[in-house]
Amino acid sequence: MSEIQAEVKKICQTCGNDRAKMMDIVRAVQQKFGQVSSEAMNLIAKCVGCHRVEVESVVSFYAFLSKKPKGKVVIRLCNDVVDKMAGVDAIAEAFKKELGIDFGRTTPDGKISLEYTPCIGMCDQAPAAIINDEVITYLSTDKVKEIVADIKKHYDPSKLKHRLGDGNNADELVHSCVHNGLRKKGQVIFADYKSEAGLKNALAVSPVEVINVVKTARLRGRGGAGFPTGIKWQFTRAAAGEKKYILCNGDEGEPGTFKDRVILTERADMLFEGMTIAGYAIGAENGILYLRGEYNYLRKLLEKILQNRRDKNLLGKNILGKQGFNFDITIQVGAGAYICGEETALISSCEGLRGDPKTRPPFPAQKGYLECPTAVNNVETLCCVTRILEMGAAWFAESGSKGSPGTKLLSVSGDCKLPGVYELPFGVKVKDLLKDVGAQDAQAVLIGGPSGQIIGQNDYNRTICYDDLATGGAVVVFGPERNMIDIAAQYMEFFVEESCGYCTPCRVGNVLLKKYLDKILAGKGEPEDLDILQKLGESIKLTSRCGMGQTSPNPVLTTLKNFRKNYESKVKKVSDGMQPTFDIRAALADGEAIAKRKSVIFTK
Amino acid sequence: MSDQITFTIDGVSIKGKPGQTILQAADEAGIYIPRLCYHPELAPHGSCRVCTVLVNGKPQAACTQPISEGMTVENDTPELKEHRCNIIDMLFIEGNHFCMFCEKSGNCELQAVAYRLGILAPKFSYLFPKKDVDATHPDIFLDLNRCILCGRCVEASKNVDGKGAFEFVGRSIEKKIAVNAEANLKDTNLAVTDKAADVCPVGTINKKRTAFAVPIGKRLYDKKPIGSEIEERKK
Ligand SMILES: Cc1cc2nc3c(=O)[nH]c(=O)nc-3n(C[C@H](O)[C@H](O)[C@H](O)COP(=O)(O)O)c2cc1C
Ligand code: SF4
Ligand code: SF4
Repeated sequence: MSEIQAEVKKICQTCGNDRAKMMDIVRAVQQKFGQVSSEAMNLIAKCVGCHRVEVESVVSFYAFLSKKPKGKVVIRLCNDVVDKMAGVDAIAEAFKKELGIDFGRTTPDGKISLEYTPCIGMCDQAPAAIINDEVITYLSTDKVKEIVADIKKHYDPSKLKHRLGDGNNADELVHSCVHNGLRKKGQVIFADYKSEAGLKNALAVSPVEVINVVKTARLRGRGGAGFPTGIKWQFTRAAAGEKKYILCNGDEGEPGTFKDRVILTERADMLFEGMTIAGYAIGAENGILYLRGEYNYLRKLLEKILQNRRDKNLLGKNILGKQGFNFDITIQVGAGAYICGEETALISSCEGLRGDPKTRPPFPAQKGYLECPTAVNNVETLCCVTRILEMGAAWFAESGSKGSPGTKLLSVSGDCKLPGVYELPFGVKVKDLLKDVGAQDAQAVLIGGPSGQIIGQNDYNRTICYDDLATGGAVVVFGPERNMIDIAAQYMEFFVEESCGYCTPCRVGNVLLKKYLDKILAGKGEPEDLDILQKLGESIKLTSRCGMGQTSPNPVLTTLKNFRKNYESKVKKVSDGMQPTFDIRAALADGEAIAKRKSVIFTK
Repeated sequence: MSDQITFTIDGVSIKGKPGQTILQAADEAGIYIPRLCYHPELAPHGSCRVCTVLVNGKPQAACTQPISEGMTVENDTPELKEHRCNIIDMLFIEGNHFCMFCEKSGNCELQAVAYRLGILAPKFSYLFPKKDVDATHPDIFLDLNRCILCGRCVEASKNVDGKGAFEFVGRSIEKKIAVNAEANLKDTNLAVTDKAADVCPVGTINKKRTAFAVPIGKRLYDKKPIGSEIEERKK
């Protein structure tokens, strides 16, 4: 047996030769061999009993997996909008120079690959990169030189020398230079709390009563969609099915969002307590934390905390003496796909499939993970649950606004003096937030990430809450110098790359939106293009299959609405009857070369 | 539970059976809702989005949305027609469709729906992507230039033929159909008699030596527009 045969067999065996564990299998193979080769695909298919093309289907979906070989060290430089504003282009040049290769390439010795990657959840410390699992923040051109020189000594990113971040970032299991950037602690998530009090209170009453408490607190999902948590749990509890699941959505992929990173670093116990309460409430014995691949650097810490909880009987059988309540949590690591934050795509990914969203109905509460009733909740939502059960529903509703009780973690970045995480009561005015973060001269603010809205100064009196400016947490500030059409185009580039490709409007429509924006940016836009952008955007929103396409035109539509003048000044009517994007000189070039003379009609 | 569900499409009262989707109930009632990826013998895929209708004002794909008592469905409206035309345009420009010399012309559902909706040429500029052609199989050839990613072949091969000869790979605009082999269709166990070889709505999966057995002009949609067969059911 060759090495690859033996290793792949071993990896599959460790995963119980289970088709549903495909993500773990292909991740492990990728890590071991720097690729999931054609041969490996055949072997995996044989071991788990599926078709080879199904393995290829999964591998080809995720950005961190590849059929072609990659270096032992993979440098992924984050090219999010915020990183661009922080000067990532110079960093990119430095990496190219030091490594002697372009992006998307591997050094000739096969040891180091260089790639771009979308938002890695480090916007408050941009520019940043992930090198294998190691996150490096605040990159400078000098730092790039040091990093490359250092790596070339050992080709082991875990040996990279760097300062340590604060809090658990400095824990030996994390050993990361990331810092929490926690600027403001509120009353719910980052206040002092009595750990396990919420769980004990929950176990003292019936599951239905727990759900009622969450309903009375009027807790709504913190992941973006804002669905009432209690009602979701009620549906899941009521659904027919012996096995049920609680899934925690730790995919945090919305560009500009990094608040769950801080929870996972500093409040993992609160999160796991919340998952346990949720498990009790809906009648689940298993929970899965879906951790985005970019946050794999936190995995060992999270595993240790889970083990501690098992040791203390906070997980396992008859938890805290409650007869018959058994619950445990596993971690599923992703592999670079924004769409896996969409709850049904997240379920697909946990099942070892491509991250395609599923057809609804059935909804996850009826048929979710492995066809079992499943509740999917955001990291922050589950932390709120812990506090609500500890302090009571009435306490929770004390903070926040009328329709939006509680606090919200906001990840603020971009052109502001104090980027970081702010825990603020719902109902805060944009204007006041901008003052807090040191960004009073902001030209525009993105609320809720690119799938949210880009607002201008006229809207700074509006409030952040479910009934006005809803957000999963991302706030990106744009100073007076920024070109908002260019910003919109960059966000469209993100959606183009991250569309799962399942449905037509999102797969193709986003490409078209980007093309029209590029045309306008190149100074070739015509007045009709604005109308086309509007109509196209509306079609994509109305007809797309999941929340991604239903929101992806927002960067275009909200800038068209709020920054219309910028667009209008960029487009002009053409008078020569030619299509502005058609370059007659370029089109004639080949012919002229053959004829060895220049056109006398089209001279310019 | 009652064994009949009453609802309306564009104001017309329709009776359907529990468990039916809007599209199935509409088909039975002789109301045509434009669609592409749907195939009556296969599980609905819901990917093309051409059958998007408004259900109580909310957009839904008619092929996957179950009917419910009293729902109001809007189908034939100028707004929806415009959205559908945009989608059809997208399907044309993301591939390379040269209808004038395509074997499928006249039998092609994409072409037929485009004509029915009055599209003569797409209004967006073409992407002109580079796509593969695979003619290695003795009886079947694949031309991915024309694929609309409807998933019929995947579903039919997996769940009707029990073979899994096709699957999707890649994502975003790079998503495409792949075959269950290292490279070529000839190395799969696909047979010309398989359901998967029979269901492609466009000219991607073609049976060799059959292309012009029926001449252009005498083909399925040459005489009557697509959907007529459904509308003829209306009494
Ligand atoms: C494209 C897309 C990406 C999403 N990404 C996330 C994410 O990273 N984290 C998250 O909690 N919710 C995300 N969501 C929302 C989830 O689908 C889902 O609503 C949420 O996890 C439910 O949890 P909650 O009710 O506690 O907010 C995303 C939705 C879409 C459409
Ligand atoms: S809208 Fe469609 S293509 Fe886009 S991510 Fe959702 S299912 Fe995939
Ligand atoms: S090959 Fe044909 S049947 Fe298969 S997905 Fe493409 S268009 Fe659909």
